[in-house]
Amino acid sequence: MKKDETGKELQVSAIENGTVIDHIPCESVFQVIKILGLNEVEDQVLFGTNLESQKMGKKGIIKVSNKFFEPDEINKIALVAPTATLIVIRNFRVADKKKVEIPDSIEKIVKCFNPNCITNNENVTTRFFVIDKQDLRLKCHYCEKITAKDNIWFY
Amino acid sequence: MKNKSLVSITDYTREEHIQILNLAAEFEKHPIQKILEGTVVATLFFEPSTRTRLSFESAASRLGAKVIGFSDSASSSVQKGESLRDTIMTVSNYADIIVMRHPKEGSARFASEVAAVPVINAGDGSNQHPTQTLLDMYSIRKTQGKLDDLNIAFVGDLKYGRTVHSLVMALCNYNTTFHLVSPNDLKLPSSVKIHIKDKNLHYYQYTELVDVIPKVDVLYMTRIQKERFSDPIDYERVKNSYILKNHMLDTSKPNLKIMHPLPRVNEITIDVDKNPKAYYFEQALNGVFVRQALLASILGVK
Ligand SMILES: [Zn+2]
Repeated sequence: MKKDETGKELQVSAIENGTVIDHIPCESVFQVIKILGLNEVEDQVLFGTNLESQKMGKKGIIKVSNKFFEPDEINKIALVAPTATLIVIRNFRVADKKKVEIPDSIEKIVKCFNPNCITNNENVTTRFFVIDKQDLRLKCHYCEKITAKDNIWFY
Repeated sequence: MKNKSLVSITDYTREEHIQILNLAAEFEKHPIQKILEGTVVATLFFEPSTRTRLSFESAASRLGAKVIGFSDSASSSVQKGESLRDTIMTVSNYADIIVMRHPKEGSARFASEVAAVPVINAGDGSNQHPTQTLLDMYSIRKTQGKLDDLNIAFVGDLKYGRTVHSLVMALCNYNTTFHLVSPNDLKLPSSVKIHIKDKNLHYYQYTELVDVIPKVDVLYMTRIQKERFSDPIDYERVKNSYILKNHMLDTSKPNLKIMHPLPRVNEITIDVDKNPKAYYFEQALNGVFVRQALLASILGVK
């Protein structure tokens, strides 16, 4: 079975300008929509899940018109969908394409899971060190407790 | 270490730990040295801890410094809803160094970032209490003549005890063999064990206290709190297995010393106090020398 990139993208129709988030693990598609607030944007958002993928077996994809993500947003995507690829489209053309990457440290986007942490009790910007990128584990710079994958909440 | 805040034990290097211990030994010989005259030390205790506060205030007084502050948040502006940030910024104007205890984890790190003066953490919730760790290291070195290559047992609540976590982390620099005695529910967490494993050190886990007594140079006892058990029956089942009684020490090494961060409840019976191997009261006194050493180093006079 041979399918090129264009063929796959046709499963969810093309956009003129904006960003395609490809290779999302299927179970993360709705989470990505939520953390990026895509349920509240005015522009066109297309998404698909359980699509065929040579690389992943099955994958999800989200296409957002007129949206170019900021570094903080890209970090959020990396945390919930570490396999994702970001494709920037301008005039129906691929202008840029890159894999998301989990950074070594994360500022302000994630909440500390520890209710007794100062960041949950005062107006303090959170900061974490990523101590495990495979099995996502974040160490809070303040309370030094570890927020694991299942406990990650975003602001 | 001039102007360097001490929030976590790992903020200071192994060499800096040793410098503090050496300086503490000097203060033990000559405790009264008025080298901080004209200096103001703020002790901000957002939750009460009389023992730790008095130890710091005694250390400051012996160095000739003035102490300002409060002993619990009910008597301070915090009661009126002032943020930690504002309290710390304000006190920064009045003091040369801030010693603080606060019930929230991470509060001391945050304070050290907003304060214009150095901060010493005197306990932030369940997270860190580095001056306790340094006084424990001082006590171990003083009684054993060294820190390297010792067999050290930690007994009791190893899961929630921050004192244990910090001391284990610090001792990983000294080729320690760890003997960890706790109920199954209160074992040392993997986030702390990882430090032992990283250094390829040996550790052994036990559920019975008696098994460990003949093997070790230091027996570090801690309190087991009933609230830590989800099922009160589990607590009733284990509580008596972690009580040290004098006769149990018959098989111990001659150099054994028993330590405890205090206050104790019933985990060491009174008959142990008279045993020359009991060291917990002297251990507390060592805290003053260590805190003198810290104040003097951070304020740059030693
Ligand atoms: Zn935290």
